[in-house]
Amino acid sequence: MTSRNVAHDEYYGIQTIGVTKAFDGVKALDDVTFTIPIFGMTSIVGPNGSGKSTLVNLLTGVLPFDEGIVKIETNSFSVIHAHETPDHGITRTFQEVRLFDQMTVWDNMMVVLTNRKLFPSMIERSKSEHRDKAEEILKQVGMWEKRESMAGELSYGQRKLLEIGRAMALDVQVYILDEPFAGLFPQMLERVKDLLRDIRSNGRTVVFISHNMDIVRELSDHIIVLESGKFLLAGEVEDILNRPEVIRAYLGA
Amino acid sequence: MNGNATTASPSLFERGMLMLREKGDLELYANVFVIGWAVIFTLWQGVGFAVTLGTVFCIWAILSVSLNLVVGYTGLLSVGHIGFFGIGAYGMAILTSDTSYELLRTESIPQFGLPFFAALPICVLAAGVAAVVVGVVFNRFRDDIYVLVSFGFAIIAFNVFLSWRALTRGAYGIPDVQRPQIGSWVADGEIEFLALCVVFLLIVVGISWFLVSSSFGRVLKAIREDEQVAQVFGYQTTYYKLAIWVISAMMAGLAGGLLGSFTTFVDPNSFILLESMLLVSIVILGGLASIRGSLLGALAFVLLEEGMRFITYLPSEFIGQVRQVVLGVMLVLLMLFRPQGLAGRYKL
Repeated sequence: MTSRNVAHDEYYGIQTIGVTKAFDGVKALDDVTFTIPIFGMTSIVGPNGSGKSTLVNLLTGVLPFDEGIVKIETNSFSVIHAHETPDHGITRTFQEVRLFDQMTVWDNMMVVLTNRKLFPSMIERSKSEHRDKAEEILKQVGMWEKRESMAGELSYGQRKLLEIGRAMALDVQVYILDEPFAGLFPQMLERVKDLLRDIRSNGRTVVFISHNMDIVRELSDHIIVLESGKFLLAGEVEDILNRPEVIRAYLGA
Repeated sequence: MNGNATTASPSLFERGMLMLREKGDLELYANVFVIGWAVIFTLWQGVGFAVTLGTVFCIWAILSVSLNLVVGYTGLLSVGHIGFFGIGAYGMAILTSDTSYELLRTESIPQFGLPFFAALPICVLAAGVAAVVVGVVFNRFRDDIYVLVSFGFAIIAFNVFLSWRALTRGAYGIPDVQRPQIGSWVADGEIEFLALCVVFLLIVVGISWFLVSSSFGRVLKAIREDEQVAQVFGYQTTYYKLAIWVISAMMAGLAGGLLGSFTTFVDPNSFILLESMLLVSIVILGGLASIRGSLLGALAFVLLEEGMRFITYLPSEFIGQVRQVVLGVMLVLLMLFRPQGLAGRYKL
């Protein structure tokens, strides 16, 4: 476990120390140690199968990790439960868009906003503050007109927008977006970029996975490079992307 | 000029298919058909028959609405709901029945002699307590395995009713279950009992509606759609599943208590796995995640069950089978052409 190239060490948001995850003996993540700074936008890049999505799943408790520690702000965790993710100040989207398909767009938003306590939620009807927030976000992501539609009936791009919107409705510090730009039309692409910038401009941390190096260059302040389950490099974008080992490993040139 | 000749109008079959897929129309027809059927039956067989029909309907409606909370809203396909129904019925029978004078002394069971209204809350609670235990175990499973595990619960429950003879008198059943009584007033008339059942049905429908239209209900639907995502957004889904499971089981226990008192005789054959399957069929036929659909499904089922008796040229020993075949065929057709059921919006 070596601490390498940790930018803004004193302002870390999320830190992994020696995190390891194996599927049937094959290590998807091997002794991964890095820091996601609390400021700005961080992109996680790496070839297919380098463990990017696995990493996000570990950080949000969707998968348990085998070894290592995750530090979120000042707390250390060796186990992360999925339902505690918002308490840790984190929310996420999924690579394969996961909406509540047989619920309306509106209900998809409201689920994220309502009371998390079991018994109070039984008597809670929709509150005006929740409705206002849902309306605000739906207008921001351009899905307000579609609020009565079933989420499963939306087009792919709309589903992506709604999923990002659903994450944005949660008031947390860190937004982890798993491939928010994959498979989008150029117009939609600009829209998603703007949403990410909006989140950042509110002083929140954006972490995203992308294969599109132009977008990575354009948007992110920091970059973390993974390669076949191992941490490769981290740092400022321009600095990292011009390194020969990154070009060789990732761009294959 | 002859535009009509080039664009062929949809065939009758195509229009029929379109109608089946569209919401609204079919639901309306089904409502009109089933309710019309009930009215015709009443006119034909008299009010006395309608009262019996209404009581049986109320009991099955409570059951199907309660099961819909679990299957339709939360997406937990449980085929073991009949177990809680049985716990309610046996609770009522054991707590209120006086079997001491029975000839079958060998099968004597403890005598409690509680009145109906004291026994009913105990039935509901007993079903609830059983549901907590079962639910904690069930929460470890999901999807196909969940179906199998609930299947196992139905079988276990039946065998407990059959074999715990010190409490249930096994296959002999428990006779003389009490009718509701307040002071000197006994609801032995069928109409009074129907009124009582209607009140309980309204309470169950009211509670169910209140729950599913709350934030809690929305989370249940989210769990049905994608439990893991619901977790990532901060919901401890196991508690939500357990809560609705217990509430639903308590309603089934209530229905069981009413059934025991209504028939005044309880035996294990009312709680076989097949009845549980029929109940699941009612919920799916009526429409998942639709309380109205469950009421409609229960009414259609009760009409089908009672109506078969009046087909005079049908030998009585086949009635049960024919009923199941009809239900089975309806279920297959519906799954083919309208997987969300008559009044539902959701698919399994």
